[in-house]
Amino acid sequence: MNDILQLQHLKKYYATQKAVDDISLNIQKGSIFGLLGPNGAGKTTLLRMITGIFYPDSGEIIFDGNTFNPLNDTIKIGYMPEERGLYKKMKIGEQALYLAQLKGLTKNEAMQKIKYWFKKLEMESWWNKKVEDLSKGMSQKLQFVTTVLHEPKLIILDEPFSGLDPVNANLIKDEIYGLSQRGSTIIFSTHRMEQVEEICNHIILMNLGKKILDGTVAEVKQQFKENKFSIKLGSSPTTISSNAFEVIAQQHNSLTVKIHNGYTSNDLLQFFLQQNIIIESFSEMLPTLNDIFIQLVEGTKSVSRAFQTV
Amino acid sequence: MNKILLVAQREFLTRVQKKTFLLTTILLPLFIFGFYALIIYFSVKTSDNLHIAVADEANILNGKIESKSDIYFQLVKNETPESLNTAIEQKKYDGYIYIPAAYNFKGNDSLQLKSNKTIGIITREKIQKSFNDILEEKRLLSLNISKAQLDSIQNSNNRIKFATISGKADDDNKAGISYAVGYISGFLIYIILFIYGTMVMRGVMEEKVSRIAEVIVSSVKPFQLMMGKITGIGAVGLVQFIIWIVLVFGLQLLLPLLFPDLLHQMQGQSMPIQPAGMQAAQAIKNSGGMNEIINGLSQINFTLIIGCFIFYFLGGYLLYSSLFAAVGSAVNEDPQDAQSLLLPITMPIIFAIVIMTKAVNEPNSGLAIFGSLFPLTSPIVMMARIAHGIPDGVSLWELLLSMILLIGGFMGTTWLAAKIYRTGILMYGKKITWKEMWKWAVRKS
Repeated sequence: MNDILQLQHLKKYYATQKAVDDISLNIQKGSIFGLLGPNGAGKTTLLRMITGIFYPDSGEIIFDGNTFNPLNDTIKIGYMPEERGLYKKMKIGEQALYLAQLKGLTKNEAMQKIKYWFKKLEMESWWNKKVEDLSKGMSQKLQFVTTVLHEPKLIILDEPFSGLDPVNANLIKDEIYGLSQRGSTIIFSTHRMEQVEEICNHIILMNLGKKILDGTVAEVKQQFKENKFSIKLGSSPTTISSNAFEVIAQQHNSLTVKIHNGYTSNDLLQFFLQQNIIIESFSEMLPTLNDIFIQLVEGTKSVSRAFQTV
Repeated sequence: MNKILLVAQREFLTRVQKKTFLLTTILLPLFIFGFYALIIYFSVKTSDNLHIAVADEANILNGKIESKSDIYFQLVKNETPESLNTAIEQKKYDGYIYIPAAYNFKGNDSLQLKSNKTIGIITREKIQKSFNDILEEKRLLSLNISKAQLDSIQNSNNRIKFATISGKADDDNKAGISYAVGYISGFLIYIILFIYGTMVMRGVMEEKVSRIAEVIVSSVKPFQLMMGKITGIGAVGLVQFIIWIVLVFGLQLLLPLLFPDLLHQMQGQSMPIQPAGMQAAQAIKNSGGMNEIINGLSQINFTLIIGCFIFYFLGGYLLYSSLFAAVGSAVNEDPQDAQSLLLPITMPIIFAIVIMTKAVNEPNSGLAIFGSLFPLTSPIVMMARIAHGIPDGVSLWELLLSMILLIGGFMGTTWLAAKIYRTGILMYGKKITWKEMWKWAVRKS
């Protein structure tokens, strides 16, 4: 079995809406998986079912080859929810110890691991501080440590970088890569597309409880490409007219062109070569995930209205 | 199970380690005790030490009057009110009683004590008693009753006495003290339900508001989290109570050591000390004397009462705290919301205290029997009945039935509350009504 998690036709309906409506997906071991979607898409409900907080109305969750059993399997999962917090009056060391013990570690094991992580993230001097004395970024770091402390097979991070400065965000990002290399699978839920592009291998886009996109980042981009290219020339061309492409934007010698269906980039290059214009650079313009996200979500908006009136 | 213990341990330790816990648990009773000790000490010890001149022109005292411990009567001769006035101004005496030669003790003539300062109530009573006793004896003797007859009347004690058919004496002392014990223990449980119930509620609200709830429920079941919290806080309450009981008994033993002559004086003077129950105070006052209070206390089965107290304390706490937890889980940021949601929970508690005040007088009335069986009111009402003992206040089968109903009751409320809690704890930004909570509770999971 190469999949850590398989969801099969998962459904969860609330009285007024279909929070998760027939979602199936597979997540490979060791991958960094991006779960995307606008607010209210059903991401949190989906994650709560995966972490055993909610039971699905129907469908099956297969975790690490076996049917998911919330009682035993939650120990193998680390969940950092979007609505997260800590006991404000508790000391940081005790808090980490308590949360680790709740995950099933013994006191000694927990102690060792806390020391390791605190040292790694330069938090050792915090041990006796209270959470209410910490800044938002600091408590975020603590939250991350308590999520991954018990070395879970599956780590679920809901908006892990909100409130972190770039230095600490990079620190956490490096740790996420590290955990992934050591064999943990990471589900990463966010609205921040540039982070997804940077970190995730595989993404899924949800809206209104349904899966509307599923694939690797490269695949998705290929799927949504609009045959746009950017080309920089040595001198500006006098007239451009070709059946193969049209110019969308021009700024001095830099052009953005769209190649029409049935033609290839070679037709474009040939045109300029024939005019004896020097081509300084040439590259394909792939859509950003952000563009794809907006395009897809906007497209389903009308559906969302119709759905809510039901 | 292990996780419930872990949660309970945290709840217990974070509360016990707080400074306020130490303060309320140990210092508060010490402070109250010290306060009462001071009151008793001053009211007994510091007396006015009055020096009173008695000018007995009518010679009704036959030249002798007994002085009390702190009132010194001195018979004086050949004084007029005027000369005594000047003597008081010169501070020779604190006050004087002038009995004119024409004084007729059979008539309505009254005597007057004149002094230059106000005399305390207790001292007044002592002076009045001294004179009234003497005058009464005089009057009776003047009706040709011999001294021997008089003594025999005064020594006879043929007041009506009460007993139950089981043969136990049911005298005023016992009834009064049962009343006080029942009232106090019922009231204590009432306070406990509120204090620890709201403690549970605030704990749940804290977890919800600080957004830690979802982190925790990804490791433990919501039911485990709720039960852990209830167990932990219940343990805090139990520890607090055990410390209080130990302190109270310990200090009671200490009391005679601190004031060796206190008990003695109380017996001699029938000092009306003020315990919590008014009627008990009345009983003490009527019977007079510490001996009889101790006698009354010894007729009460304290093992039974303390045992039942702990049972009903735990039962009532478990029953109500899960309801408080359910309310806490439904409340959002605004603590005001809690007020309206709490009303249906506080109503039966207040209802119980009303029944309790009736039951403590009439432990076998229909209302008392209903109240002591119905699980929502039984923790408070049963304490009022149990104070009267078995079978005088409550029959054994009623007690057992009430206990079984209470256990069933708290299992029922916990089951309902757990379902509300599970949904409420993760629900943000929406004002919840009782109707919705009820829907969550009865919905199939």
